[in-house]
Amino acid sequence: MAVEVRIPTILRQYTGGAKTVEGTGDTLSELIDDLEARHPGLRERLLDNGSLRRFVNVYVNDEDVRFLGAEKTQLSDGDSVTVLPAVAGGSSR
Amino acid sequence: MLRIRRDLVDAILAHARRDHPDEACGVIAGPAGSDRPERFIAMLNAARSPTFYEFDSMDLLRLYKEMDANDEEPVVIYHSHTATEAYPSRTDISYANEPGAHYVLVSTRDGADGEFRSFRIVDGEVTEEEVSVLDGE
Repeated sequence: MAVEVRIPTILRQYTGGAKTVEGTGDTLSELIDDLEARHPGLRERLLDNGSLRRFVNVYVNDEDVRFLGAEKTQLSDGDSVTVLPAVAGGSSR
Repeated sequence: MLRIRRDLVDAILAHARRDHPDEACGVIAGPAGSDRPERFIAMLNAARSPTFYEFDSMDLLRLYKEMDANDEEPVVIYHSHTATEAYPSRTDISYANEPGAHYVLVSTRDGADGEFRSFRIVDGEVTEEEVSVLDGE
């Protein structure tokens, strides 16, 4: 089951510069494990103790996975996954 | 060095003043590889906070798809500090994820309204850079 994953500039150091990579998995979490096997280091940037990091946005077919099932979001063949780091900051600290 | 048109500087400052006391944020996109800020895009601060900003996640997706389709990059990523100086905070540094971008900070605090500074933030390292404002274009 193949899923296309769009990788943001900051994470292309793990994909040999590739903008998109392919992976497989029934859930987002499985997909990330599959990607990690070929692109070591990627998982750590996306997950913290198995949960999606707060300031990383992941979309499945243009929907934010936070409103789907986060890392447990179900995937189907042909889905398109986009990863975008949040653009955030502020004077708080 | 950041080279930026006067009207774009004014647009950032106007946005910051409009949203004060909340932080304002946005992007100036430009042709990929050009280092030339051209297209001003004011973003909504989804946090609506005087001490924090975050692009709304759906707005963020739309913005990146649009830039991708236009072969653009985020040349400038700007936000305002409304009670402190225009210098990256620890929060700004830890969430800076565009090593190729100029991070512009402006301040709307009393006595320093209009402060406009630019930084590179790469691997947690902040480097201030000169700002060259281009007039008459």
